[in-house]
Amino acid sequence: MAAKKSVLFKIKRQANPKAEPRWEEFELPWHSGMNVISSLMEIAANPVTRAGRTTTPVTYDSNCLEEVCGSCAMLINGKARMACSALVDKLEQPIRLEPFSKFPVVRDLAVDRGVLFENLKAVKAWVPVDGSYDLGPGPRMTMEDQEAAYPLSRCISCCCCMEACPQFNEETNFVGAAAISQVRLFNTHPTGAALKRERLAALMGDGGIHECGYAQNCVEVCPKDIPLTRSIAEVGGAVMKQAIGDLFRK
Amino acid sequence: MASSPKIIVIGGGLAGLAAVIKIAEMGGNVDLFSIVPVKRSHSVCAQGGINAAKNLKGEGDSTWQHFDDTVYGGDFLANQPPVKAMCDAAPSIIDLLDRMGVPFNRTPEGLLDFRRFGGTLYNRTAFAGATTGQQLLYALDEQVRRYESEGKVKKYEHWEFLSAVLDSKGICRGICAMDLRSMEVRIFPADAIIIATGGIGAIFGRSTNSVVCTGSAQSAVYQQGCYYANGEFIQVHPTSIPGEDKLRLMSESARGEGGRVWVPKTAGDRRDPKSIPENERWYFLEEWYPKYGNLVPRDVATRAIFRVVYEHNLGIDGKPMVYLDLTHVDRKILDRKLEGILEIYEKFVGDDPRDTPMKIFPGMHYTMGGLWVDFNQATNIPGIFAAGECEYQYHGANRLGANSLVSCIFGGFIAGPNAVRYARNLQAAASNGHFDSERKRQEEINGGLMKAEGNENPFKLWRELGELMTKDCTVIRYNKNLQQADGRLCELLERFQHINLSDRSLWANTTVAFVRQLYNMLQLSRVIAQGAAMRDESRGAHYKPDFPERDDKNWLKTTKAYFAADADEPKFEFEPVDVSLIPPRARRYDVAK
Repeated sequence: MAAKKSVLFKIKRQANPKAEPRWEEFELPWHSGMNVISSLMEIAANPVTRAGRTTTPVTYDSNCLEEVCGSCAMLINGKARMACSALVDKLEQPIRLEPFSKFPVVRDLAVDRGVLFENLKAVKAWVPVDGSYDLGPGPRMTMEDQEAAYPLSRCISCCCCMEACPQFNEETNFVGAAAISQVRLFNTHPTGAALKRERLAALMGDGGIHECGYAQNCVEVCPKDIPLTRSIAEVGGAVMKQAIGDLFRK
Repeated sequence: MASSPKIIVIGGGLAGLAAVIKIAEMGGNVDLFSIVPVKRSHSVCAQGGINAAKNLKGEGDSTWQHFDDTVYGGDFLANQPPVKAMCDAAPSIIDLLDRMGVPFNRTPEGLLDFRRFGGTLYNRTAFAGATTGQQLLYALDEQVRRYESEGKVKKYEHWEFLSAVLDSKGICRGICAMDLRSMEVRIFPADAIIIATGGIGAIFGRSTNSVVCTGSAQSAVYQQGCYYANGEFIQVHPTSIPGEDKLRLMSESARGEGGRVWVPKTAGDRRDPKSIPENERWYFLEEWYPKYGNLVPRDVATRAIFRVVYEHNLGIDGKPMVYLDLTHVDRKILDRKLEGILEIYEKFVGDDPRDTPMKIFPGMHYTMGGLWVDFNQATNIPGIFAAGECEYQYHGANRLGANSLVSCIFGGFIAGPNAVRYARNLQAAASNGHFDSERKRQEEINGGLMKAEGNENPFKLWRELGELMTKDCTVIRYNKNLQQADGRLCELLERFQHINLSDRSLWANTTVAFVRQLYNMLQLSRVIAQGAAMRDESRGAHYKPDFPERDDKNWLKTTKAYFAADADEPKFEFEPVDVSLIPPRARRYDVAK
C-alpha cells in the first residue's frame, strides 16, 4: 500500500476583512502534477477539513494559471510567490497557505492590491501618444534597447516584491520596487521620456525612492526575474540628479 | 441624446480596452466592468504574436495575401468584407502599438522583426518575445489608466456582469452587475454596452483559457435574445501541455522558429528522445504536408496528431503525447524569441526544452463562434455591441495563429466608435421601470441559489460538463454522440435545479458567482452540441468522419442560434455567407495555395 500518498495543507482562513483569522487543515490524495491551485480546486469540489468538518471553498484570486496574469500571489510556506507555479512535489509539507500580510485581506487568501495600480497612475506609467489614429510607425529601436526594455515590461503586478520588502509598510508609505522599475521602463522609451521629470518628481516625496533600504528581497522573490535592484539604483540616481538640479533652479 | 454618451464596456482584455480608448478619444464616458483587474485579463496569455502584412522581409506580402490566407484558413465560412477591413487595418494597428511602447523584437536595423506562423508562407507575425499578448494588453491598459486618471474612464473591477437591462421595446438601456466582494446586485444605466468578454474555455473543463473565460456574459445575452453564431466551431490547439488544472499553451511560434513535431517510428520506444536517430523518427506533419510542414493551420495539425496517436498508436510511451522539438535551434535565438514559453514549460514540467523535446498534446483553445454581430459589431439587440473572441466575425471555421490579437483590437476599434454614434442618435426610454424589475429578477436568482437545499455539488457538475464537451464536441464528431451529449446536457441542467451551495456567506462568495456562470455554460453548451449535430459536413475545425468533405452546396452558411425561452432551448436559423471578394475553392496544405 502506498500509505504516504497524501498531501497536507494548512490554510489561513478569514471570513471578511474584520474577522479573526483561523487555520484549517486539509488532506488531499496525492497525484502527479499537483500544484497549489489545482489543490484549492479540489478542496472547492469537496470542502471538508482533515478533521472531517464541512467548510466553505477557499476564496483566492486566480486567472491564467501560467504565471503571467499576476493574480494568484500568496504566502506559500512563508514565501511570497505565485500559487499556480507552486508545484506540490517541490514543497515541504504541511504546505502553509496565507494571504499577503501587507495588503488588506478581502477573504481567505484574496487581498486587495489596488495600491500598485494607484502607484502606476501616480508615476504616469504610460507612453503619452498623441492619439490612436494612424500616425505612422513608432521610433526605431536597436535590438539592444529592446532587449533592455522587454524584461522590465514583463512585470505582472503580482506585488511579491512589495510583500517581501521590509520598507513597504504603513510607516514609510514606500511605493515599492514594481512601480520604480516601471519608471525606468518608461523613462528610457524615446517617447515615454517626455514625462521623465514628472515621474522622477513623483518618486521624491513621501514614500518615495529614498525609502528603499537595499534589502534586495524584491529581486529575490520576483517570479519574472526582473532586475529590480538595478532599476532602483538607476532611477535613484536620476531622482538625485534631478533633485539637485531643482535646488539650483530655485 | 447627450453629446457625451455613457458607454459600458464589459471585459478589459484587448477588445474591451481598444473600445475604451476609442470611446474616450471621441469624448464619451466609459464605465469599464471586469471580473479581474483588467491588467490580469486573459489576453495576457497570447504568446506568439500579431499578424500584419507589413512586408518588411522582401517577400512581396500584401494585405490581400493576409486576407486570402485568413479566409482560406477559415475554410470560407467568414463573411469576407470585415475580414478584408481587418487585414487592411492590421499594419496601422501594429504601428500604433509600436508607438504606445510595445517592446516588439527588432531587426539589426531597428525595424520590427516578423516571424512565420501557421497557415501562411509569409513572415507576417510581429512579436514581443513569446509574451506578445501580455505586452499588447499592457500597452492598452496603460493608455486606459491614463484616461482613468483624467476622469474619462471609471473602472469597476471585481464586478461580474449578470444581464443587460432591456426596456419595453427591447432596447438595451444598461446592465445589471454584481459586486464580487459585497455581493450587491446593482443596475448601471448606459446609452450602449459593448460585450468584450472573451472565450468560453471553461465549458470544456480544462483548456488553455483563463479561469474567467466561461462565456457566461455571452450566454446571458443570448438567453435575453441575442443571436449566437457558428457556436459549433471550436479550435483545439495542437500543442498544449497537459496539466491538472489547465492545459497550458505551447505557442505556435515554437514551430514558427523551427520547432518540429515527431514521434518514434516504433510503438513503445522508450529510449531517451535525444538518442533516437533521425531515421527512426516520424516527422509526420512534414511528410503529409510538404509545403507547409509543421506550420499547417491548427485544425489540420490537431487532426494529424490525433491520427498518429489513436490510429497509428504511436503516442509517446503509448500515451496521448507527441514530441515538439526545439533542441536543434540555436539557444541564443530561443532565448531571444521564445523565452517566455520555454520558461512556462520549465516551471510546470520541470524539463528544459532547449535540451530535451517537449511532450505536448492538443487542447481546447478558442471559439471561432460567438455573438452574432453585423459589420458594425452590433448584435441584433439595439444597444448591445460585441468585440473580440466573444463574437464570431473574423475567423470562419478555423482561426489562423496570431490573428486573434489583431481581430480583438480591430473589433474594439470598430465597436467603440459605432457604439458612440449609436448612442448619439438614441431616443430616451419611455420609462425606467425595467431597471428595477431586472435588478429584482437577478436578486431573486441569487436568493434562490442561497436557499437551495439539493445535493448536487456545482464543481462536480462542472467537471462532468467539461469531460462531456471535450469528449464529444471537440476534434472528432459523430452525430450519435452529439445527440447523446445534448441529452446529457439536459440532465445536467435538470441536476442544476438540485444544486447545493457549499458557501452561503454574503461576502466575497466565489461559489455564488461560479454557480451562476455554470448555469450559463450549460445553456451555451447546448448551442455548441446541437449546432455541431446539425452541420453534416467537415469544415475547418468541425470534422465529422461520416461527412468528411466540405459541402458548399448545403452548408456554406452561418449558423445562428437563438434562445427559445418558452421551450428553454436553442432554435436555429441559417444565413448565407458573404463570399463576394474571394470565390470559395478547395482548401489544401500539402501544396501551395
